[in-house]
Amino acid sequence: MSALSYLDAGRLALQQEMRRDPLVWALGEDLGRGGVFGQYRGLVEEFGPERILDTPISEAAIMGTAVGAALVGTRPVVEMRFSDFALCAVDELVNQAAKARYMFGGQGRVPLVVRQPSGMWRSSAAQHSQSLEAWYAHIPGLVVVTPATPADNFGLLKAAIRCDDPVVYMEHKDLWGVTGEVDDSAPPLPLGKARLARRGEDATIVTWSGMLRVVEATADLLKGDASVEIIDLRTLYPWDRDAVLSSAKRTGRLLIVHEAVETGGFGAEIAASAGEALFGDLKAPVRRLGAPRIPIPYAPPLEDICRVNPAQIADAVRGLLR
Amino acid sequence: MAGPVRANFDAERMLGHYRLMNRIRAFEETAEAALKAGEVKGAIHLSIGQEAIATGVCANLQRDDLIASNHRGHGHTIAKGASPAAMMAELFGRATGTCQGKGGSMHIADFAIGMLGANGVVGAGILIAVGAAQGVKLRREPRVVACFFGDGAINRGPFLEGLNWAKIYTLPVLFVCEDNGFAATTRTASLTAGGGPDARAASLGIPATIVDGNDVAAVDDAARELVARIRAGSGPQFLLARTYRLKGHTAADVAAYRSAEEVAAKQQDEPLRRCAEALALNGVGADRLAGVVAAARDEMAAAADAARAAPWPDRALAWADVQDVGAPVEAAR
Repeated sequence: MSALSYLDAGRLALQQEMRRDPLVWALGEDLGRGGVFGQYRGLVEEFGPERILDTPISEAAIMGTAVGAALVGTRPVVEMRFSDFALCAVDELVNQAAKARYMFGGQGRVPLVVRQPSGMWRSSAAQHSQSLEAWYAHIPGLVVVTPATPADNFGLLKAAIRCDDPVVYMEHKDLWGVTGEVDDSAPPLPLGKARLARRGEDATIVTWSGMLRVVEATADLLKGDASVEIIDLRTLYPWDRDAVLSSAKRTGRLLIVHEAVETGGFGAEIAASAGEALFGDLKAPVRRLGAPRIPIPYAPPLEDICRVNPAQIADAVRGLLR
Repeated sequence: MAGPVRANFDAERMLGHYRLMNRIRAFEETAEAALKAGEVKGAIHLSIGQEAIATGVCANLQRDDLIASNHRGHGHTIAKGASPAAMMAELFGRATGTCQGKGGSMHIADFAIGMLGANGVVGAGILIAVGAAQGVKLRREPRVVACFFGDGAINRGPFLEGLNWAKIYTLPVLFVCEDNGFAATTRTASLTAGGGPDARAASLGIPATIVDGNDVAAVDDAARELVARIRAGSGPQFLLARTYRLKGHTAADVAAYRSAEEVAAKQQDEPLRRCAEALALNGVGADRLAGVVAAARDEMAAAADAARAAPWPDRALAWADVQDVGAPVEAAR
């Protein structure tokens, strides 16, 4: 075990997987100089420019060529720089990567990982801040992973690289510098299994990615008033329905907190599932908290309107308990 | 329009081309009839009139080489070596189809013979082909990837991104632009700025070889040279083959946007006719040529009969091959 940042944990996972399997390679803009956030620092020196490929600013080609390269048996790790930019490559991801195996009747696999740094970090405005995970969870064929801790960024990225399906891997930009204990010999984590981040009795909060820290801080504030169970979903597709529903059934109260826009967000899927499965078991209506449906503004006081904050979460929990 | 008697005329090779072009033509005509009869569903895009390009290019590919195709891909797929019977069954949506009936005309693929898929999105196959070339290069495999697309695709971003990409990484790709003059139901020239596909390719450092795409021997010769350059490590090459789409955009399109006179004139120039004339001039008898036509028709009629008799895919196949992690479960419905 050693303390690693979320960023370095991801880098170590990729490095280990590239050492393990010569068919794993990475492509994206500026990777030869470590990538825009430094997630690839040092890797070109070890693996060379063919496996740490510096690409033009051609998002469609980055994703589309990865599909072709995956179909001939390599395992590309696609760096999209910002999840917002991945929208330039949606045909390649949604129409090609996600569907190739199915359309071709099981011929071919597309074992690629699409790293999409996501979420708000201070004042990056409307085109560098979005959380679009629900879009991809909607698409058959894709796996959607949203790591919230350094240890998970290590274990989930390794799992994503070994997965034979196309994986949308959304690292939160505000977490790059967060440090935590990482066992660098740990095996890959199972995809589709949530993590019980905190045990509690009165209410269940389901969250993921950057909101986990905010939810944990809120639960600390609520200590004495409410015992909150926190589930870090880790993957949105497949999502750990059993973990969420069994916890909500036990506590009788469910709140879903995510950074993405609330309308049509993945919280709606979880809330609907809980409503269908637990109608008679819940002590209060299921609650959701997400961003308002506005583009993310630049000015800090305006941007903060888009952030779900501890006061809102605490109010929602108190409301569930009322 | 038969062309001169060639000094180095290879009658057997030309006859092989004629046989393959007739098989493609017969496949398309059989599919068209089945569509009109309601046996084939959805949209199919016929390559009638463009058979020489698929034939001439694939004549220079090995089984291990790869192709990526577009929505008008039946000819490419047959030319690369796929079974027309399995393809026909795919069009009929049957379990015996190349894709178990799950893809249909626009998603035919046959990985066993290096066919990485038709594509429903114009230009999308370009990036898949370029990526496949990057993959085989990474694996140190000596394979060539041929990429078929139409003149309409040059107005999509992947054309620019893919050609640039192939050039900067010196990838083993043969870009084959089948210029049939139409982007869906609109004349491409009316929507395309600048000098066209060859000018755009040249601007990215990939000079085009321009060929009469209805002259199968000319396509064959040009493709042989370009594939040889790729195998020698020269990186991507570009073949611009000018042709004419004798049918509409889809089989349901009557193509009222062009005159009957125009189409009639183009019929005189179509590749099977020209190939037959060249063979006749070089001493191949009419009986032999007629036999080729009849055999192709018989083969495709039998393919359609087999498809008609084949079973529908089992319902469980709808849930198969979506993904391994989080695979959908039929019982969950």
